[in-house]
Amino acid sequence: MLLVVRDLTVALPIGGRLVPIVESVSFTLGAREILGIVGESGSGKSMTSLAIMGLIDVPGARVSGSVRFRGRELVGLAPRAYRALRGREIAMIFQDPMTAFTPVYTVGRQIDEQIRVHQKISRADARSRTVRLLGDMGVPDPERVAGRYPHQLSGGLRQRAMIAMALSCNPALLIADEPTTALDVTVQAQILDLLRGLRREYGSSVLLITHDMGVVAETCDRTLVLYSGLVAERGPTGALFAQPGHPYTAALLDSIPPLHGPRPARLPSIPGSPPVPAERPAGCPFAPRCAYAHEACAVRPALVASGVQDIACVLPAEGRPLPPRFVAEMSA
Amino acid sequence: MTRLPVDSPAPLIAAQDLRMTYRVGRGQVLRALDGVSLSVQRGEVLGLVGESGCGKSTLGRCLLRLVQPSGGRVVFDGTDITTLPERRLRPLRQEMQMVFQDSYAALNPRRRVGDLVAEPLRVHPAPGGGWRSRADIAARLAELMDLVGLPQAALARYPHEFSGGQRQRINIARALALSPRLVVADEPVAALDVSIQAQIVNLFMDLRDRLGLTYVFVAHDLAVVRQISTRVAVMYLGAIVELGEADAVLHRPAHPYTAALIAAVPEPVVRTEGLPPPLRGDVPSPIAPPPGCRFHTRCPVARDRCRVDPPTLRGLPDGREVACHYPLVET
Amino acid sequence: MVMAVLRRLGQTLFVLVGISVLVFLVFFATPGADPTARIAGRNASSETMARVRVEYGFDRPLPVQYARMMEKLFVTRDLTSYVNRGQKVVPEILEAAPVTVSLVSGAAVIWVVLSVAMGVIAAALRGSWVDRGLMMLGLVGISIPVFWLGQVVNLVTQSRYHESWLFSWVPGLGYVPLTEDPLGWFRALALPWLTLAVLFVGIYSRVLRADLVAVQSEDFMRTARAKGLSPARVLLVHGLRTSMITFVSLFGLDFAQLVGGGALLTEVVFGLQGVGRLTYQALSNLDLPLIMATVMYSAVFVVIANAVVDMLYLLLDPRVRDGR
Repeated sequence: MLLVVRDLTVALPIGGRLVPIVESVSFTLGAREILGIVGESGSGKSMTSLAIMGLIDVPGARVSGSVRFRGRELVGLAPRAYRALRGREIAMIFQDPMTAFTPVYTVGRQIDEQIRVHQKISRADARSRTVRLLGDMGVPDPERVAGRYPHQLSGGLRQRAMIAMALSCNPALLIADEPTTALDVTVQAQILDLLRGLRREYGSSVLLITHDMGVVAETCDRTLVLYSGLVAERGPTGALFAQPGHPYTAALLDSIPPLHGPRPARLPSIPGSPPVPAERPAGCPFAPRCAYAHEACAVRPALVASGVQDIACVLPAEGRPLPPRFVAEMSA
Repeated sequence: MTRLPVDSPAPLIAAQDLRMTYRVGRGQVLRALDGVSLSVQRGEVLGLVGESGCGKSTLGRCLLRLVQPSGGRVVFDGTDITTLPERRLRPLRQEMQMVFQDSYAALNPRRRVGDLVAEPLRVHPAPGGGWRSRADIAARLAELMDLVGLPQAALARYPHEFSGGQRQRINIARALALSPRLVVADEPVAALDVSIQAQIVNLFMDLRDRLGLTYVFVAHDLAVVRQISTRVAVMYLGAIVELGEADAVLHRPAHPYTAALIAAVPEPVVRTEGLPPPLRGDVPSPIAPPPGCRFHTRCPVARDRCRVDPPTLRGLPDGREVACHYPLVET
Repeated sequence: MVMAVLRRLGQTLFVLVGISVLVFLVFFATPGADPTARIAGRNASSETMARVRVEYGFDRPLPVQYARMMEKLFVTRDLTSYVNRGQKVVPEILEAAPVTVSLVSGAAVIWVVLSVAMGVIAAALRGSWVDRGLMMLGLVGISIPVFWLGQVVNLVTQSRYHESWLFSWVPGLGYVPLTEDPLGWFRALALPWLTLAVLFVGIYSRVLRADLVAVQSEDFMRTARAKGLSPARVLLVHGLRTSMITFVSLFGLDFAQLVGGGALLTEVVFGLQGVGRLTYQALSNLDLPLIMATVMYSAVFVVIANAVVDMLYLLLDPRVRDGR
């Protein structure tokens, strides 16, 4: 296993006390695998990725649990050792490629910089690798693009350049935090295509953070659903989408308007909104919005295996798992 | 093309050859809207879809004359409002309202929800003339809270105390305060989480049924647009490329761009067969759109004619209109 | 890029002409006040009045008067003060200008270097006692009046401890031209430089720290850290340049107004015969030609400094280059 995360908890000081934003999140990521972490805003998905990168710099924040990357413990790693890892073995791409590049330097210079920080090679060699990487990412006329400033490029080109930068030192793990959210849908399709190809071309594993169930379905081998900082469900993407085990996963999938098949008169929606971390219920965090909530939900459910999935819900153990999901036939 | 789609019986709002150009430095001109014509019938929901820079938001604003179009006409309920002086436009403004994407930016954070929603009631005279009394306004506020599904207690609170979905309900309540006939919603659910998005989409649909509203619904999300719209206009680089019944357009797209757009939407379904190859390239700059058909640079079925001869919107047998020389549906 | 620079230069020229017209109108075309009498000075004889009227063309239309004035200022440079009879105004300013420019430039070097160092260190050690100490120091610098500080410096270095080894190098008050004696120039100006710079070190270091702290939360700073760059590199290479915008605009304004006469107090305290002092004298004597000339002189500096700041923006931020 490339990455083993055990009981990762991230607590931030809010109003004078430590509030766990992410609570006991566990998952593994194998070589050449794409794992999707999906959740709504406030689910803790970005915080999880920043914790793995060691980039949480809120004063007073506490990260506990274990993150083992290639057998090496990252929680509590010395800053200098972490720096050598970041960008070289674990790289990250961000949501908005416009603001994620420093506006006053050319993208080529910023990619060169990452290469030269981790490897002793000449400026010219770094630039030629930059140009090659940009070309590999499908950037037309990569030499010219390397000499351009971020604002001079389109959103799609910027994100390709961002991915080129992340891959510049051939990292074993790529964390992509909402990499397509700021992009148009046709460009999003291109970038997802590119990400899927990475494991083939570069042998990288990808941790894909997103709010979009569609993106997960089309891209990830396995999926982790977060709700209010806790794992609701995890499992192989195919199984999870065909038969979601957690009522939250099922309700979330149902609330997406279908693009094919009959139009529902009303969209099945989830009432209310997710709790803020400081007011998370003691029991199942989803219980207040859940159609299946009952007395047993007053106790926080553990993650239990149900078929190929792991589900933080009492329903399977009570012998009444959710029915398989109805999916309308897709007409091409 | 001279035939204007304003032939059906008295549309609520119609645009004819609408143009919007912006000067962007050194004599360059950005054509945000390049001759857009459409009409919206009473009780209809027209969805405007397209990628960034296609002009869908600009069109929404031009329809309400929140921005002054550079050319063309907008006719609301038989009145040409394109050049109407602001004084005479004012009474009509009550009948057409807008809901924006950013629910927070649209609400003054220092005022209570009650004041925010009541504001249009205070600045516009009552239908029979004269100003509304305090009691009338209070009654209307209570009614509006019920309509949008917020508790009465919300009136005394401030915008920041609400979640994104609730704030969007407040915005909708404010837009509905004067009982408009037309609501233009610009990406009203784009900033919301999926589970909340469904609530707001349902609310829009309920309100249409209960109040007989007419919507122009601007969104980039095809699935949301399909859910709510009766008709759909697909825009690309400042022009409509396809316009027709929502089900027809989205199930059997005639324009290659519509087809590509639909194919690109990631669906929450794990497919067994491979994904279609994505469309190449980026949307060209609206400052220098390609000659001929605007879409030919990315079109998988473009031929020589498409590179020189710009297609105009023409009707297909099933009643929809498409701007393509070689539509994907037989004519 | 070249086009942008040329366009900016054109604008600068336009603004300068505009200012000169405005200043001219204020001083020489105020209704109900005869500029002849004011130029000729108090109790001038009728011949003098007549001579002035012809010389400045006050019997001709306004555009001619304006052209005559500009000619006297920039071409023949023989605008004459009638208060100090016979004193040519333009040479007087040209003599005072090097003093002020020397004073302000030296101080500017000191305040830029010190404030960048202080701002960066404070931002890097945000929240620590070093940060708090430096910012307190900045506040102290802002609060000290420059004339008082100058007097104290003089008191210490000129009289009480002048004989001690520490200050025996300090020359008497006054200016030594750079071309005559570079070392003497430096020694004469070292203390005025520091005195003038104190206020600006305080302001600029606080401004820069605030901007650097604000930039820390930008997405690109997180990217820079995710690349594995050292904190120093993140701050200096990615943070500093993007936070220099306010700093540079402030600098342009302050530098220009100081060179244009704003360093008056420092000039007076250290006995430097600079432009500030000249302007002050002109105003107290109501010496109209001299006022006209000094106002034009400082306007030129402010406008040029603004143009330079805009060009610095072009260098600092490529987005400005593309007009976005």
